[in-house]
Amino acid sequence: METAFIIEKFILVTAVFAISLLIAMYSTYAERKVAAFLQDRVGPNRAGPFGLLQPLADGAKMFFKEEIIPAQASKILFIVGPSLAMLTACMGSAVIPWGQDLEIAGKKISLQVTDINVGLLYIFGVVSLGVFGVMIGGWASNNKYSLMGAIRAASQNISYEIAMGLSIIALLMVTGTLSMKEIAAQQSGFHWNIFYQPLGFLIFLICAFAETNRTPFDLPECETELIGGYHTEYSSMKLGFYLFAEYINMFVSSAVMATLYFGGYNFPFMNDLGFSANVITIIGTVGLFIKIICFIFFFMWVRWTIPRFRYDQLMNLGWKVLIPLAIANIVLTGVVLSLT
Amino acid sequence: MESLTNRKKVLEQKPMNFIERLYLPAIVKGMAITFKHMFKKKETIHYPEKTREFSINYRGMHSLKRDEQGRERCTACGLCALSCPAEAISMIAAERKEDEMHLYREEKYAAVYEINMLRCIFCGLCEEACPKEAIYLDGNIVPADYLRRNFIYGKDKLVEPTLT
Ligand code: SF4
Ligand code: SF4
Repeated sequence: METAFIIEKFILVTAVFAISLLIAMYSTYAERKVAAFLQDRVGPNRAGPFGLLQPLADGAKMFFKEEIIPAQASKILFIVGPSLAMLTACMGSAVIPWGQDLEIAGKKISLQVTDINVGLLYIFGVVSLGVFGVMIGGWASNNKYSLMGAIRAASQNISYEIAMGLSIIALLMVTGTLSMKEIAAQQSGFHWNIFYQPLGFLIFLICAFAETNRTPFDLPECETELIGGYHTEYSSMKLGFYLFAEYINMFVSSAVMATLYFGGYNFPFMNDLGFSANVITIIGTVGLFIKIICFIFFFMWVRWTIPRFRYDQLMNLGWKVLIPLAIANIVLTGVVLSLT
Repeated sequence: MESLTNRKKVLEQKPMNFIERLYLPAIVKGMAITFKHMFKKKETIHYPEKTREFSINYRGMHSLKRDEQGRERCTACGLCALSCPAEAISMIAAERKEDEMHLYREEKYAAVYEINMLRCIFCGLCEEACPKEAIYLDGNIVPADYLRRNFIYGKDKLVEPTLT
């Protein structure tokens, strides 16, 4: 462990953290803008040019709100809930390869915080940890609506994790590795996994919606039935953390989907352009972020189009449709792989 | 039974076929529709800078009118209060003094005239009932306020300002 290594990683971690926060922040703004545009409105446009300062204003507002901890709530867990949600949301981005290695002064700098050989499993684990934040917060509030939201979140995440895991297994059969770096490297050029695993991607996408608690699967917090679900009792920045964690989750799952299925930092004809490796890397990183932003837009687009599922429909879809479909996808992949 | 209007349409509920049960085509169709709206004209009116135009028969805040010589037209007959379905109007009548000829057109006038804007439903019946053409709902939107008592508008707010 040389100091240079630690400094390099420290800078990278800080950068990734800052970028995820920035993107999450502007996702809140984008969400409102997208919602407005899809509904023929103009959205926030008062704070700064085009309302660009809106997220700052929202953040400041959250800070100045009164902090309320219900008398009957479990104090410690009430604070642990949103912290955990935020923590797990931020952890996921650690294994995502943001680009190829940069070469600066003869030294290779990896644009990935850490390349653990079970990167995919790590993400999977962190994502399933995310539900604890919701569950603990909902339970600690000592409020029936919160508890209902927490229960829904838990059962929903458990149901959809299975289908998600199964869809990843099919992907593993194609790639043969769990390391995010290698998965990304294998898709060099235009060999994106989406062309080999379209069904797997669809399942993964639907499950990603469910795992991030986004519409049409936002049952844990649906306002019409549960007021705010697990964050009914939360106010001030703790509520802000929950809402913010959702956007970070969205960013991370967009990044994961882009890396797993849409080539990550790879773009078509990247090896035929004749640019130097560093330029290709930078273009690739920009490309990855464009893909991520497209996914985030897609998340929002779906939110403002599709109505919320009913609870039994949600469970039906998870257990009776997605899981059999994912298993069929594994079998299909196996058959095709053994034939070719 | 035969419907009287002939507009009744009987809808048959067919069980969904396989493609429909996949939901995905319907979802894609829905998403296409919402996406089209991204590029449509925005309906928003940027309020403080621009205001929406009222239609010509818009009924806003009441105003008590004056005649050509600047005298109040209202004679406190109470017909407006009587016609008001929301019981929003109340008034106290007074007799015109000799030296008040230039202030009030009729011998009897409203010393106090109050409309409770929280009760008023802006139906315009007071306007229609008035025999003296003294009240018209030709004002703007009644502004918001924090206190209920501020919504009881007296003559200070209702009577038209004098022309001079
Ligand atoms: S507009 Fe209708 S409700 Fe309002 S004061 Fe006149 S009669 Fe009453
Ligand atoms: S406003 Fe018209 S109807 Fe009402 S009291 Fe005066 S004169 Fe009579």
